[in-house]
Amino acid sequence: MRWCWRERNRTDVPTLNHYLVLSAVLFAIGTAGVFVRRNLITILLSIEIMLNAVNLTFVAFGRALGSADGQIIVFFVMTVAAAEAAVGLAIVISLFRHQESLNPDSFTALRW
Amino acid sequence: MFYAFGAVAVVTSLLVIAQRNPIHSVLLLIASFGALSGLYVLLDAPFAAVIQIIVYAGAIMVLFLFVVMLLNAPHEETEFDERTHPLLRKGAMRLGALLAVVLITELIWALRKGGESGAFPSGSVTSVGAIGRSLFTEYAFPFEVTSILILVAMVGAVVLARKESH
Amino acid sequence: MTRLAIAQIGLILVVFHGLLLAAAGMVWVERRLAAVLQQRLGPNRVGWAGLLQPFADVIKLMFKEELRPKAADAFLFGLAPIISAMCAFAAFAVVPFGGTTTLLGLIPEGFPLQVADVNVAILVVFAIASMSVYGIVLAGWSSNSKYALLGGLRSSAQMISYELSYGMALAAVLLIGNSLSLTDIVNRQAGAWLGFIPRWFIFLQPLGFFIFMTAGVAETNRAPFDFPEAEQELVAGYHTEYSSMSFAMFFLAEYVNMVTVSAVATDLFLGGWHGPLLPESLGWIWFLLKVGFLLFFYVWMRWTLPRYRYDQLMAFGWKVMLPLSVVNLLVTAAGVLYFGL
Repeated sequence: MRWCWRERNRTDVPTLNHYLVLSAVLFAIGTAGVFVRRNLITILLSIEIMLNAVNLTFVAFGRALGSADGQIIVFFVMTVAAAEAAVGLAIVISLFRHQESLNPDSFTALRW
Repeated sequence: MFYAFGAVAVVTSLLVIAQRNPIHSVLLLIASFGALSGLYVLLDAPFAAVIQIIVYAGAIMVLFLFVVMLLNAPHEETEFDERTHPLLRKGAMRLGALLAVVLITELIWALRKGGESGAFPSGSVTSVGAIGRSLFTEYAFPFEVTSILILVAMVGAVVLARKESH
Repeated sequence: MTRLAIAQIGLILVVFHGLLLAAAGMVWVERRLAAVLQQRLGPNRVGWAGLLQPFADVIKLMFKEELRPKAADAFLFGLAPIISAMCAFAAFAVVPFGGTTTLLGLIPEGFPLQVADVNVAILVVFAIASMSVYGIVLAGWSSNSKYALLGGLRSSAQMISYELSYGMALAAVLLIGNSLSLTDIVNRQAGAWLGFIPRWFIFLQPLGFFIFMTAGVAETNRAPFDFPEAEQELVAGYHTEYSSMSFAMFFLAEYVNMVTVSAVATDLFLGGWHGPLLPESLGWIWFLLKVGFLLFFYVWMRWTLPRYRYDQLMAFGWKVMLPLSVVNLLVTAAGVLYFGL
């Protein structure tokens, strides 16, 4: 009896599509963050959100296709994201030293 | 469980881009990473889950937090009125939000068009040993190149952030 | 609710309260042992031989006023001690402290004395250790005072520097242990060579053990690496502005972290719960003895060695410990390859 009830509740098992939609939503949130925000650090954070959305896609596909390659690529993406975050933050620090501001609109030296 | 973790990830990511104080953004992003780590565990990927916490939430975010604290990052000032929320301001902000909505709709439409997928094939937890074996045989070259990449990034970051000695 | 489920819930409660009692016991041990090392009597009036002293301390702390600086960020100020304490307890969830036991036959299928038998247990401990950096850095920042901020930043920089050597020493043990699960590593240390030398990894990895324990002491911010919370140098470092129960939470977190590091070191290097003369299901007694031995070393080190200055500390971590741990890893790898350990 109780076993029947549990079976009926099982129709909502998350499929691959669920994970892909979630990853798409996260990616779009990250993109919106890069466009909307006017603070260099928050822009970098939004880029990290995008990279995480991509990681989720990789792991979901790796699981769906039954291979470990998804996690291996995630390993590489994480490493590259770490390197990029480090260099990006170093650039932000040196920019801040010049202009005392974190607003990308205030760095207009190369504009004609 | 999936819905719980997914909802936390989406809500905290939305809050990350909506917060004014950068420290709160960083902390909310850490919460988002935690939720993603939970999703990886649900996807039978314990290795990815744990290194997500160790590398992303434990190291990269500490780096962000240090930079925010050392720069005493000011809240962003724009020419708009400080009291309206960023997403409600006119101009570039609304375009960005509109773009995000368009992007989501397109992506979801494209995914739906790809056909319904069934449930995941029942598989076992991928062992870390198998991942390690692949990393050192098939993917050995990218592995070594990544280590050089990290070295280059480290040297670059140190040089860029150094105070200029006159 | 099967008997197994009830037993596991009981195990969680036992572990939680055990850690709290261990932290309280460590307070007593520290003060009495410090007294012995300094040739004086420690607290010996409260209760028999001063055993109720930690409880008296806790009650006093509970009655103190909970202060909060006005300019402090209220949410983060309250969150920081919670993060510290939470990570300290969470790390112990995957540490096994006994073999499979049947609780004197009450449960026919044995269950391991471990709250969660995860097969990547070592990585989980490492992950939670990296999360505990946040408690300190947020405490330093949200107090909005110079001493606290400096102490917080220095302490977290120290913790992440020594995490590297910690991880490399762990990697060397993994080479010999061949598994990420702590239970498997402990079970490989059963038995003895020549009949009386136990098969512990400390005999195969003496340098690794030294590096692990030193990095563990630095991770838990204990002397001689406790510059960031030194009373003489920085007022009190990152917990300057905290009082009453928040302060107690930080100290609880520190002692529980000590216990966790000692427990993980016991599992990795000292053979966990294996020991002569006792059956497998009573192995937790040996475990407690070994952990107690390591904790004794912790306290002994604090009251014997002078404190490292901050730049000496960081230089030691990066220029001495990290190369040593890499060399250890290489030598271990060579040994495993040629001797097939």
